[in-house]
Amino acid sequence: MNEKLIQLLAAGIGETFYMVVVSTAAAYIIGIPLGVIVFVTGTGGIKENRPVNAVLSLIINIIRSVPFLILLVAILPFTRLIVGTTIGSTASIVPLVVAAAPFVARMVESSLKEVDPGVIEAARAMGSTNFQIIWKVLLPEAGPSLLLGMTIAFATILGYSAMAGFVGGGGLGAIAVNYGYYRYQTGVMLITVALLVIIVQIFQEGGIRIVNKTDRRKKL
Amino acid sequence: MIRLENVSKIFETKEGKVTAADHVDLEINDGEIFGIIGFSGAGKSTLVRCINLLEKPEEGRVLIDDLDLTNASEKELRQARRSIGMIFQQFNLLSQRNVIANICYPLEIAGIDKKTAAEKARKLLKIVDLEEKEKAYPSQLSGGQKQRVAIARALATDPKVLLCDEATSALDPLTTRNILQLLKKINREMGVTVVIITHEMRVVEQICDRVAVMSNGVVEETGTVEEIFRDPKSDTAKKLVIPEQASGVRNPTRDFIRIIFDGQSSYEPVFSELILKENLRLNILGAGTEDIGGNAYGQLLIERPEDEKDVLRIREFLGSRGVDVEEVAIDTERRER
Repeated sequence: MNEKLIQLLAAGIGETFYMVVVSTAAAYIIGIPLGVIVFVTGTGGIKENRPVNAVLSLIINIIRSVPFLILLVAILPFTRLIVGTTIGSTASIVPLVVAAAPFVARMVESSLKEVDPGVIEAARAMGSTNFQIIWKVLLPEAGPSLLLGMTIAFATILGYSAMAGFVGGGGLGAIAVNYGYYRYQTGVMLITVALLVIIVQIFQEGGIRIVNKTDRRKKL
Repeated sequence: MIRLENVSKIFETKEGKVTAADHVDLEINDGEIFGIIGFSGAGKSTLVRCINLLEKPEEGRVLIDDLDLTNASEKELRQARRSIGMIFQQFNLLSQRNVIANICYPLEIAGIDKKTAAEKARKLLKIVDLEEKEKAYPSQLSGGQKQRVAIARALATDPKVLLCDEATSALDPLTTRNILQLLKKINREMGVTVVIITHEMRVVEQICDRVAVMSNGVVEETGTVEEIFRDPKSDTAKKLVIPEQASGVRNPTRDFIRIIFDGQSSYEPVFSELILKENLRLNILGAGTEDIGGNAYGQLLIERPEDEKDVLRIREFLGSRGVDVEEVAIDTERRER
Protein backbone atom coordinates (compact mmCIF):
# COMPACT_ATOMS: atom_id res chain seq x y z
CA MET A 1 0.00 0.00 0.00
CA ASN A 2 1.56 3.30 -0.97
CA GLU A 3 1.68 6.42 1.11
CA LYS A 4 -0.74 8.32 -1.08
CA LEU A 5 -3.43 5.74 -0.55
CA ILE A 6 -2.90 5.80 3.20
CA GLN A 7 -3.22 9.58 3.18
CA LEU A 8 -6.34 9.28 1.09
CA LEU A 9 -7.91 6.77 3.43
CA ALA A 10 -6.92 8.77 6.52
CA ALA A 11 -8.59 11.83 5.02
CA GLY A 12 -11.61 9.65 4.18
CA ILE A 13 -11.89 8.41 7.74
CA GLY A 14 -11.65 11.97 8.99
CA GLU A 15 -14.37 13.18 6.63
CA THR A 16 -16.61 10.23 7.46
CA PHE A 17 -16.28 10.90 11.18
CA TYR A 18 -17.00 14.55 10.63
CA MET A 19 -20.14 13.83 8.59
CA VAL A 20 -21.46 11.08 10.82
CA VAL A 21 -20.75 12.68 14.18
CA VAL A 22 -22.14 16.08 13.16
CA SER A 23 -25.16 14.47 11.48
CA THR A 24 -25.88 12.21 14.46
CA ALA A 25 -25.60 15.15 16.85
CA ALA A 26 -27.89 17.31 14.70
CA ALA A 27 -30.33 14.44 14.18
CA TYR A 28 -30.58 14.03 17.97
CA ILE A 29 -30.96 17.76 18.56
CA ILE A 30 -34.04 17.58 16.34
CA GLY A 31 -35.03 13.97 17.07
CA ILE A 32 -35.14 14.06 20.87
CA PRO A 33 -37.65 16.93 21.16
CA LEU A 34 -39.63 15.48 18.25
CA GLY A 35 -39.69 11.99 19.82
CA VAL A 36 -40.63 13.45 23.20
CA ILE A 37 -43.48 15.47 21.68
CA VAL A 38 -44.79 12.44 19.78
CA PHE A 39 -44.61 10.37 22.99
CA VAL A 40 -46.28 12.84 25.35
CA THR A 41 -49.04 13.74 22.88
CA GLY A 42 -49.78 10.08 22.15
CA THR A 43 -52.72 8.13 23.57
CA GLY A 44 -52.47 8.10 27.35
CA GLY A 45 -49.52 10.50 27.29
CA ILE A 46 -49.03 13.23 29.87
CA LYS A 47 -50.15 15.87 27.35
CA GLU A 48 -52.40 13.91 25.04
CA ASN A 49 -53.09 15.87 21.85
CA ARG A 50 -54.39 13.90 18.89
CA PRO A 51 -54.03 16.51 16.09
CA VAL A 52 -50.41 17.36 16.98
CA ASN A 53 -49.58 13.67 17.33
CA ALA A 54 -51.20 12.73 14.02
CA VAL A 55 -49.50 15.52 12.04
CA LEU A 56 -46.04 14.82 13.45
CA SER A 57 -46.46 11.08 12.98
CA LEU A 58 -47.45 11.60 9.38
CA ILE A 59 -44.46 13.85 8.61
CA ILE A 60 -42.09 11.35 10.26
CA ASN A 61 -43.59 8.45 8.32
CA ILE A 62 -43.45 10.26 4.99
CA ILE A 63 -39.78 11.20 5.33
CA ARG A 64 -38.90 7.73 6.58
CA SER A 65 -40.63 6.12 3.61
CA VAL A 66 -38.53 7.97 1.01
CA PRO A 67 -35.45 5.94 -0.01
CA PHE A 68 -32.32 7.79 1.07
CA LEU A 69 -30.81 8.09 -2.43
CA ILE A 70 -33.99 9.72 -3.73
CA LEU A 71 -34.21 12.03 -0.73
CA LEU A 72 -30.57 12.97 -1.29
CA VAL A 73 -31.29 14.14 -4.84
CA ALA A 74 -34.73 15.58 -4.11
CA ILE A 75 -33.50 18.01 -1.49
CA LEU A 76 -30.45 19.23 -3.46
CA PRO A 77 -31.95 22.74 -3.81
CA PHE A 78 -32.55 22.83 -0.05
CA THR A 79 -28.97 21.69 0.57
CA ARG A 80 -27.62 24.41 -1.73
CA LEU A 81 -29.76 26.96 0.09
CA ILE A 82 -28.30 26.01 3.45
CA VAL A 83 -24.60 25.31 2.77
CA GLY A 84 -24.20 26.99 -0.62
CA THR A 85 -22.99 23.84 -2.40
CA THR A 86 -24.14 20.29 -3.05
CA ILE A 87 -20.70 18.71 -3.14
CA GLY A 88 -18.48 17.56 -0.29
CA SER A 89 -18.83 16.38 3.27
CA THR A 90 -20.58 19.45 4.67
CA ALA A 91 -23.19 19.29 1.92
CA SER A 92 -23.84 15.63 2.78
CA ILE A 93 -24.72 16.53 6.34
CA VAL A 94 -27.97 18.23 5.29
CA PRO A 95 -29.66 15.19 3.69
CA LEU A 96 -28.20 12.95 6.39
CA VAL A 97 -29.87 15.02 9.11
CA VAL A 98 -33.15 15.26 7.19
CA ALA A 99 -33.22 11.49 6.78
CA ALA A 100 -31.97 10.60 10.26
CA ALA A 101 -33.97 13.02 12.42
CA PRO A 102 -37.35 11.28 11.90
CA PHE A 103 -35.66 7.91 12.38
CA VAL A 104 -34.10 9.15 15.62
CA ALA A 105 -37.48 10.57 16.72
CA ARG A 106 -39.04 7.11 16.39
CA MET A 107 -36.14 5.51 18.28
CA VAL A 108 -36.53 8.07 21.06
CA GLU A 109 -40.27 7.48 21.15
CA SER A 110 -39.81 3.74 21.47
CA SER A 111 -37.22 4.19 24.24
CA LEU A 112 -39.64 6.41 26.14
CA LYS A 113 -42.37 3.81 25.74
CA GLU A 114 -40.20 1.41 27.72
CA VAL A 115 -40.33 3.69 30.78
CA ASP A 116 -42.57 2.17 33.45
CA PRO A 117 -45.90 4.08 33.34
CA GLY A 118 -46.11 3.58 37.10
CA VAL A 119 -43.03 5.75 37.57
CA ILE A 120 -44.61 8.50 35.47
CA GLU A 121 -47.77 8.24 37.54
CA ALA A 122 -45.73 8.47 40.75
CA ALA A 123 -44.03 11.60 39.41
CA ARG A 124 -47.43 13.14 38.65
CA ALA A 125 -48.67 12.19 42.12
CA MET A 126 -45.69 14.04 43.63
CA GLY A 127 -46.74 17.25 41.89
CA SER A 128 -44.25 17.33 39.00
CA THR A 129 -44.82 19.68 36.09
CA ASN A 130 -44.86 18.07 32.64
CA PHE A 131 -41.46 19.57 31.96
CA GLN A 132 -40.07 18.04 35.16
CA ILE A 133 -41.52 14.67 34.19
CA ILE A 134 -39.80 14.85 30.79
CA TRP A 135 -36.50 16.22 32.03
CA LYS A 136 -36.10 14.44 35.36
CA VAL A 137 -38.04 11.22 34.87
CA LEU A 138 -38.61 10.21 31.24
CA LEU A 139 -35.21 11.02 29.75
CA PRO A 140 -33.05 9.73 32.65
CA GLU A 141 -35.15 6.57 33.02
CA ALA A 142 -34.88 5.93 29.28
CA GLY A 143 -31.17 6.85 29.31
CA PRO A 144 -29.62 3.41 28.68
CA SER A 145 -32.17 2.63 26.00
CA LEU A 146 -31.58 6.02 24.34
CA LEU A 147 -27.85 5.37 24.31
CA LEU A 148 -28.34 1.95 22.77
CA GLY A 149 -30.58 3.57 20.16
CA MET A 150 -27.84 6.06 19.46
CA THR A 151 -25.38 3.31 18.51
CA ILE A 152 -27.95 1.97 16.05
CA ALA A 153 -28.59 5.45 14.67
CA PHE A 154 -24.85 5.99 14.31
CA ALA A 155 -24.41 2.81 12.26
CA THR A 156 -27.39 3.70 10.08
CA ILE A 157 -26.12 7.23 9.46
CA LEU A 158 -22.69 5.82 8.65
CA GLY A 159 -24.32 3.61 6.02
CA TYR A 160 -26.22 6.57 4.59
CA SER A 161 -23.04 8.68 4.53
CA ALA A 162 -21.38 6.05 2.30
CA MET A 163 -24.34 6.33 -0.07
CA ALA A 164 -23.89 10.09 -0.16
CA GLY A 165 -20.48 9.35 -1.74
CA PHE A 166 -22.31 8.47 -4.94
CA VAL A 167 -23.64 11.98 -5.45
CA GLY A 168 -20.61 14.01 -4.59
CA GLY A 169 -20.42 13.52 -0.84
CA GLY A 170 -17.06 12.98 0.82
CA GLY A 171 -15.60 10.40 3.14
CA LEU A 172 -14.94 6.68 2.84
CA GLY A 173 -18.07 6.17 0.75
CA ALA A 174 -16.77 8.57 -1.91
CA ILE A 175 -13.40 6.76 -1.96
CA ALA A 176 -15.11 3.39 -2.38
CA VAL A 177 -17.17 4.74 -5.26
CA ASN A 178 -14.47 6.74 -7.03
CA TYR A 179 -11.61 4.24 -6.73
CA GLY A 180 -13.32 0.93 -6.24
CA TYR A 181 -16.29 1.36 -8.57
CA TYR A 182 -15.26 3.80 -11.30
CA ARG A 183 -11.55 2.82 -11.49
CA TYR A 184 -12.00 -0.88 -10.79
CA GLN A 185 -9.59 -0.85 -7.85
CA THR A 186 -11.31 -3.64 -5.94
CA GLY A 187 -8.61 -3.61 -3.28
CA VAL A 188 -9.34 0.00 -2.31
CA MET A 189 -13.03 -0.75 -2.16
CA LEU A 190 -12.46 -3.70 0.13
CA ILE A 191 -10.26 -1.65 2.43
CA THR A 192 -12.85 1.12 2.73
CA VAL A 193 -15.58 -1.41 3.43
CA ALA A 194 -13.38 -3.05 6.07
CA LEU A 195 -12.78 0.37 7.65
CA LEU A 196 -16.52 1.06 7.73
CA VAL A 197 -17.11 -2.31 9.42
CA ILE A 198 -14.44 -1.53 12.02
CA ILE A 199 -15.91 1.91 12.76
CA VAL A 200 -19.40 0.43 13.25
CA GLN A 201 -17.97 -2.27 15.50
CA ILE A 202 -16.10 0.23 17.67
CA PHE A 203 -19.17 2.41 18.19
CA GLN A 204 -21.54 -0.50 18.72
CA GLU A 205 -19.27 -2.17 21.27
CA GLY A 206 -18.40 1.10 22.98
CA GLY A 207 -22.09 2.02 23.23
CA ILE A 208 -23.06 -1.32 24.71
CA ARG A 209 -20.26 -1.11 27.26
CA ILE A 210 -21.34 2.34 28.40
CA VAL A 211 -24.95 1.13 28.63
CA ASN A 212 -23.96 -1.89 30.73
CA LYS A 213 -21.93 0.31 33.01
CA THR A 214 -24.53 2.97 33.54
CA ASP A 215 -27.78 1.01 33.56
CA ARG A 216 -28.89 0.72 37.18
CA ARG A 217 -31.68 -1.70 36.47
CA LYS A 218 -29.30 -4.63 36.56
CA LYS A 219 -28.08 -6.01 39.82
CA LEU A 220 -24.46 -5.14 40.39
CA MET B 1 -60.37 16.11 56.14
CA ILE B 2 -60.85 14.47 52.79
CA ARG B 3 -64.34 14.68 51.38
CA LEU B 4 -65.60 12.98 48.24
CA GLU B 5 -69.01 14.25 47.21
CA ASN B 6 -70.99 12.35 44.64
CA VAL B 7 -67.85 11.36 42.74
CA SER B 8 -68.28 9.43 39.49
CA LYS B 9 -65.59 8.24 37.09
CA ILE B 10 -66.45 6.60 33.80
CA PHE B 11 -63.96 4.94 31.46
CA GLU B 12 -64.65 4.50 27.75
CA THR B 13 -63.43 1.11 26.63
CA LYS B 14 -63.91 -0.87 23.44
CA GLU B 15 -66.57 -2.92 25.19
CA GLY B 16 -68.44 0.22 26.20
CA LYS B 17 -68.61 2.42 29.25
CA VAL B 18 -67.28 1.20 32.56
CA THR B 19 -68.31 3.04 35.70
CA ALA B 20 -65.32 2.71 37.99
CA ALA B 21 -66.74 5.05 40.61
CA ASP B 22 -70.47 5.47 40.88
CA HIS B 23 -71.66 8.50 42.88
CA VAL B 24 -69.34 7.90 45.77
CA ASP B 25 -69.67 9.88 48.99
CA LEU B 26 -66.88 9.48 51.48
CA GLU B 27 -65.45 11.35 54.43
CA ILE B 28 -62.02 10.59 55.78
CA ASN B 29 -61.09 12.30 59.04
CA ASP B 30 -57.74 13.83 59.86
CA GLY B 31 -55.34 11.46 61.56
CA GLU B 32 -57.23 8.23 60.95
CA ILE B 33 -56.20 5.14 59.01
CA PHE B 34 -58.96 4.58 56.53
CA GLY B 35 -59.25 1.40 54.49
CA ILE B 36 -61.01 0.97 51.15
CA ILE B 37 -61.52 -2.72 50.53
CA GLY B 38 -63.00 -4.65 47.65
CA PHE B 39 -62.24 -7.37 45.16
CA SER B 40 -60.19 -6.56 42.07
CA GLY B 41 -62.13 -4.46 39.58
CA ALA B 42 -64.24 -2.91 42.33
CA GLY B 43 -62.95 0.54 41.43
CA LYS B 44 -60.92 1.19 44.56
CA SER B 45 -57.70 2.11 42.74
CA THR B 46 -59.67 4.55 40.59
CA LEU B 47 -61.30 6.03 43.66
CA VAL B 48 -58.00 6.62 45.42
CA ARG B 49 -56.68 8.28 42.22
CA CYS B 50 -59.66 10.61 42.34
CA ILE B 51 -58.42 11.85 45.73
CA ASN B 52 -55.25 13.36 44.22
CA LEU B 53 -56.92 13.82 40.85
CA LEU B 54 -54.63 11.48 38.92
CA GLU B 55 -58.04 10.52 37.58
CA LYS B 56 -60.37 13.44 36.96
CA PRO B 57 -63.89 12.55 37.99
CA GLU B 58 -66.65 13.30 35.49
CA GLU B 59 -68.97 14.28 38.26
CA GLY B 60 -68.79 15.32 41.88
CA ARG B 61 -66.28 17.17 44.01
CA VAL B 62 -63.11 16.24 45.83
CA LEU B 63 -62.33 18.46 48.80
CA ILE B 64 -59.21 18.41 50.91
CA ASP B 65 -59.43 20.75 53.89
CA ASP B 66 -62.10 22.72 52.01
CA LEU B 67 -59.93 23.16 48.91
CA ASP B 68 -61.95 21.92 45.96
CA LEU B 69 -59.40 19.99 43.90
CA THR B 70 -61.87 19.32 41.11
CA ASN B 71 -61.99 23.04 40.36
CA ALA B 72 -58.38 23.87 41.19
CA SER B 73 -55.94 25.23 38.61
CA GLU B 74 -53.04 23.08 37.40
CA LYS B 75 -50.69 24.98 39.69
CA GLU B 76 -52.94 24.66 42.75
CA LEU B 77 -53.33 20.98 41.99
CA ARG B 78 -49.57 20.40 41.82
CA GLN B 79 -49.21 22.25 45.10
CA ALA B 80 -51.95 20.14 46.69
CA ARG B 81 -50.34 16.93 45.44
CA ARG B 82 -47.21 17.80 47.36
CA SER B 83 -49.26 17.52 50.53
CA ILE B 84 -50.66 14.14 49.48
CA GLY B 85 -48.06 11.38 49.43
CA MET B 86 -48.73 8.20 47.50
CA ILE B 87 -47.24 4.71 47.44
CA PHE B 88 -47.96 1.90 45.00
CA GLN B 89 -48.07 -1.87 44.70
CA GLN B 90 -45.11 -1.86 42.29
CA PHE B 91 -43.23 0.79 44.35
CA ASN B 92 -42.58 2.94 41.24
CA LEU B 93 -39.13 4.10 42.23
CA LEU B 94 -36.89 5.82 39.69
CA SER B 95 -34.68 2.93 38.60
CA GLN B 96 -31.75 5.08 37.48
CA ARG B 97 -31.55 6.99 40.76
CA ASN B 98 -30.17 5.64 44.00
CA VAL B 99 -32.14 5.53 47.24
CA ILE B 100 -31.30 8.98 48.52
CA ALA B 101 -31.80 10.59 45.09
CA ASN B 102 -35.21 8.95 44.90
CA ILE B 103 -36.21 10.43 48.24
CA CYS B 104 -34.82 13.82 47.19
CA TYR B 105 -36.91 13.87 43.98
CA PRO B 106 -40.07 15.46 45.44
CA LEU B 107 -37.94 18.05 47.25
CA GLU B 108 -35.96 18.75 44.08
CA ILE B 109 -39.08 19.48 42.06
CA ALA B 110 -40.37 21.69 44.85
CA GLY B 111 -37.22 23.81 44.42
CA ILE B 112 -35.55 22.92 47.72
CA ASP B 113 -31.75 23.16 47.67
CA LYS B 114 -29.69 19.98 47.51
CA LYS B 115 -28.15 20.16 50.97
CA THR B 116 -31.44 20.68 52.79
CA ALA B 117 -33.01 17.94 50.68
CA ALA B 118 -30.26 15.44 51.46
CA GLU B 119 -30.52 16.18 55.18
CA LYS B 120 -34.25 15.65 55.09
CA ALA B 121 -33.83 12.43 53.09
CA ARG B 122 -31.39 11.04 55.64
CA LYS B 123 -33.83 11.78 58.46
CA LEU B 124 -36.53 9.89 56.57
CA LEU B 125 -34.19 6.97 55.88
CA LYS B 126 -33.74 6.70 59.63
CA ILE B 127 -37.50 6.63 60.17
CA VAL B 128 -37.96 3.82 57.63
CA ASP B 129 -34.87 2.07 59.04
CA LEU B 130 -32.81 1.94 55.85
CA GLU B 131 -29.89 4.24 56.67
CA GLU B 132 -27.28 1.81 55.36
CA LYS B 133 -28.91 1.64 51.90
CA GLU B 134 -28.51 5.32 51.06
CA LYS B 135 -26.34 4.69 47.99
CA ALA B 136 -28.04 1.51 46.76
CA TYR B 137 -30.11 1.40 43.58
CA PRO B 138 -33.69 0.06 43.63
CA SER B 139 -32.66 -3.10 41.72
CA GLN B 140 -30.42 -4.02 44.65
CA LEU B 141 -33.24 -3.86 47.20
CA SER B 142 -35.86 -6.38 48.30
CA GLY B 143 -39.57 -5.63 47.84
CA GLY B 144 -39.99 -4.55 51.44
CA GLN B 145 -36.97 -2.26 51.25
CA LYS B 146 -38.25 -0.72 48.01
CA GLN B 147 -41.57 0.04 49.68
CA ARG B 148 -39.74 1.63 52.61
CA VAL B 149 -37.89 3.89 50.18
CA ALA B 150 -41.20 4.71 48.48
CA ILE B 151 -42.71 5.59 51.87
CA ALA B 152 -39.74 7.82 52.71
CA ARG B 153 -40.10 9.51 49.32
CA ALA B 154 -43.83 10.02 49.84
CA LEU B 155 -43.15 11.64 53.22
CA ALA B 156 -40.39 13.95 51.98
CA THR B 157 -42.68 16.94 51.50
CA ASP B 158 -44.35 16.48 54.93
CA PRO B 159 -47.72 15.50 53.52
CA LYS B 160 -50.91 15.50 55.56
CA VAL B 161 -52.21 12.47 53.74
CA LEU B 162 -50.60 9.23 52.55
CA LEU B 163 -52.44 7.22 49.90
CA CYS B 164 -51.46 3.55 49.71
CA ASP B 165 -52.58 1.70 46.58
CA GLU B 166 -52.28 -2.04 47.31
CA ALA B 167 -48.97 -1.14 48.93
CA THR B 168 -48.46 -4.58 50.47
CA SER B 169 -49.98 -6.78 47.76
CA ALA B 170 -46.62 -7.61 46.19
CA LEU B 171 -45.05 -8.48 49.54
CA ASP B 172 -44.87 -11.66 51.62
CA PRO B 173 -46.93 -11.86 54.86
CA LEU B 174 -44.09 -11.03 57.22
CA THR B 175 -42.90 -8.04 55.15
CA THR B 176 -46.54 -6.95 54.86
CA ARG B 177 -46.78 -6.86 58.65
CA ASN B 178 -43.61 -4.82 58.95
CA ILE B 179 -44.75 -2.31 56.34
CA LEU B 180 -48.16 -2.01 58.00
CA GLN B 181 -46.50 -1.43 61.36
CA LEU B 182 -44.38 1.27 59.76
CA LEU B 183 -47.50 2.92 58.33
CA LYS B 184 -49.13 2.79 61.75
CA LYS B 185 -46.06 4.36 63.33
CA ILE B 186 -46.09 7.15 60.75
CA ASN B 187 -49.79 7.70 61.40
CA ARG B 188 -49.41 7.84 65.17
CA GLU B 189 -46.13 9.73 65.41
CA MET B 190 -46.38 12.13 62.49
CA GLY B 191 -50.14 12.50 62.46
CA VAL B 192 -50.42 11.61 58.79
CA THR B 193 -53.86 10.54 57.59
CA VAL B 194 -53.44 7.17 55.87
CA VAL B 195 -55.77 5.87 53.17
CA ILE B 196 -55.24 2.19 52.36
CA ILE B 197 -56.56 0.41 49.30
CA THR B 198 -56.51 -3.35 49.60
CA HIS B 199 -58.28 -6.56 48.70
CA GLU B 200 -57.11 -8.25 51.88
CA MET B 201 -59.28 -8.13 55.00
CA ARG B 202 -56.15 -8.99 56.98
CA VAL B 203 -54.57 -5.65 56.08
CA VAL B 204 -57.67 -3.76 57.17
CA GLU B 205 -57.86 -5.78 60.41
CA GLN B 206 -54.29 -5.05 61.29
CA ILE B 207 -54.21 -1.27 61.08
CA CYS B 208 -57.36 0.46 59.90
CA ASP B 209 -59.64 2.52 62.11
CA ARG B 210 -62.50 2.72 59.63
CA VAL B 211 -63.18 0.98 56.38
CA ALA B 212 -65.32 1.40 53.26
CA VAL B 213 -66.38 -1.71 51.36
CA MET B 214 -66.50 -1.25 47.58
CA SER B 215 -67.98 -3.25 44.76
CA ASN B 216 -68.70 -2.28 41.15
CA GLY B 217 -67.75 1.33 41.77
CA VAL B 218 -70.19 1.66 44.65
CA VAL B 219 -69.35 2.06 48.33
CA GLU B 220 -71.61 -0.58 49.84
CA GLU B 221 -70.97 0.15 53.48
CA THR B 222 -68.71 2.21 55.71
CA GLY B 223 -67.96 1.69 59.36
CA THR B 224 -65.35 0.99 61.97
CA VAL B 225 -63.34 -2.16 61.35
CA GLU B 226 -65.02 -3.78 64.36
CA GLU B 227 -68.47 -3.04 62.99
CA ILE B 228 -67.72 -4.46 59.55
CA PHE B 229 -65.89 -7.45 60.95
CA ARG B 230 -68.53 -8.39 63.50
CA ASP B 231 -71.56 -7.58 61.48
CA PRO B 232 -70.90 -7.40 57.74
CA LYS B 233 -74.08 -6.27 56.01
CA SER B 234 -73.26 -6.16 52.31
CA ASP B 235 -72.54 -9.31 50.32
CA THR B 236 -69.06 -8.05 49.46
CA ALA B 237 -68.21 -7.45 53.11
CA LYS B 238 -69.47 -10.91 54.03
CA LYS B 239 -67.37 -12.52 51.34
CA LEU B 240 -64.34 -10.59 52.52
CA VAL B 241 -64.82 -11.32 56.20
CA ILE B 242 -65.58 -15.01 55.85
CA PRO B 243 -62.49 -16.66 54.47
CA GLU B 244 -62.43 -18.33 51.11
CA GLN B 245 -62.12 -21.81 52.57
CA ALA B 246 -65.21 -21.27 54.65
CA SER B 247 -67.37 -19.90 51.89
CA GLY B 248 -69.31 -23.18 51.93
CA VAL B 249 -70.73 -22.19 55.30
CA ARG B 250 -72.00 -18.89 54.04
CA ASN B 251 -75.35 -20.42 53.53
CA PRO B 252 -75.73 -22.96 56.31
CA THR B 253 -78.88 -23.64 58.23
CA ARG B 254 -76.82 -23.60 61.39
CA ASP B 255 -75.45 -20.69 63.39
CA PHE B 256 -71.71 -20.57 63.86
CA ILE B 257 -69.02 -19.03 66.01
CA ARG B 258 -66.11 -17.19 64.54
CA ILE B 259 -62.83 -17.47 66.44
CA ILE B 260 -60.43 -14.73 65.42
CA PHE B 261 -56.69 -15.10 65.80
CA ASP B 262 -55.11 -11.70 65.78
CA GLY B 263 -51.42 -12.16 66.47
CA GLN B 264 -51.54 -14.51 69.45
CA SER B 265 -48.64 -16.92 69.76
CA SER B 266 -48.93 -19.74 67.27
CA TYR B 267 -46.95 -22.02 69.56
CA GLU B 268 -49.86 -22.53 71.95
CA PRO B 269 -52.38 -25.18 70.93
CA VAL B 270 -55.29 -22.97 72.00
CA PHE B 271 -57.99 -24.88 70.16
CA SER B 272 -56.92 -28.32 71.47
CA GLU B 273 -56.81 -26.96 75.00
CA LEU B 274 -60.29 -25.56 74.58
CA ILE B 275 -61.59 -28.98 73.61
CA LEU B 276 -59.63 -30.93 76.21
CA LYS B 277 -59.94 -28.63 79.21
CA GLU B 278 -63.55 -27.71 78.66
CA ASN B 279 -64.40 -31.21 77.49
CA LEU B 280 -66.36 -29.94 74.49
CA ARG B 281 -67.24 -31.64 71.21
CA LEU B 282 -66.69 -28.98 68.57
CA ASN B 283 -67.43 -29.17 64.87
CA ILE B 284 -65.16 -27.14 62.55
CA LEU B 285 -67.05 -25.64 59.59
CA GLY B 286 -64.20 -23.77 58.04
CA ALA B 287 -60.77 -22.41 58.80
CA GLY B 288 -58.27 -20.03 57.33
CA THR B 289 -55.33 -19.34 59.59
CA GLU B 290 -51.75 -18.48 58.99
CA ASP B 291 -48.55 -18.46 60.99
CA ILE B 292 -46.69 -15.23 60.51
CA GLY B 293 -43.42 -15.02 62.38
CA GLY B 294 -44.71 -17.13 65.28
CA ASN B 295 -48.04 -15.34 65.49
CA ALA B 296 -51.38 -16.76 64.47
CA TYR B 297 -53.66 -14.81 62.11
CA GLY B 298 -56.97 -15.75 60.61
CA GLN B 299 -60.14 -17.34 61.75
CA LEU B 300 -61.77 -20.59 62.59
CA LEU B 301 -65.47 -21.16 62.10
CA ILE B 302 -67.12 -23.71 64.35
CA GLU B 303 -70.70 -24.84 64.63
CA ARG B 304 -72.43 -23.09 67.49
CA PRO B 305 -73.20 -25.58 70.27
CA GLU B 306 -76.90 -25.71 71.12
CA ASP B 307 -76.27 -25.42 74.81
CA GLU B 308 -75.90 -21.76 75.82
CA LYS B 309 -73.60 -22.82 78.66
CA ASP B 310 -71.17 -24.34 76.19
CA VAL B 311 -71.12 -21.13 74.21
CA LEU B 312 -70.33 -19.22 77.37
CA ARG B 313 -67.51 -21.64 78.22
CA ILE B 314 -66.00 -21.17 74.76
CA ARG B 315 -66.21 -17.40 75.16
CA GLU B 316 -64.66 -17.42 78.60
CA PHE B 317 -61.84 -19.80 77.75
CA LEU B 318 -60.84 -18.03 74.53
CA GLY B 319 -61.36 -14.64 76.14
CA SER B 320 -58.82 -15.58 78.81
CA ARG B 321 -56.36 -16.39 76.01
CA GLY B 322 -56.97 -13.05 74.33
CA VAL B 323 -58.69 -14.61 71.33
CA ASP B 324 -61.74 -12.81 69.94
CA VAL B 325 -64.95 -14.73 69.56
CA GLU B 326 -68.14 -13.74 67.82
CA GLU B 327 -71.37 -15.49 67.22
CA VAL B 328 -72.94 -15.31 63.81
CA ALA B 329 -76.60 -16.04 63.65
CA ILE B 330 -77.81 -17.19 60.28
CA ASP B 331 -81.27 -15.77 59.94
CA THR B 332 -83.17 -15.95 56.74
CA GLU B 333 -84.10 -12.32 56.82
CA ARG B 334 -80.52 -11.03 56.72
CA ARG B 335 -79.41 -13.47 54.09
CA GLU B 336 -82.02 -12.20 51.71
CA ARG B 337 -81.17 -8.57 52.25
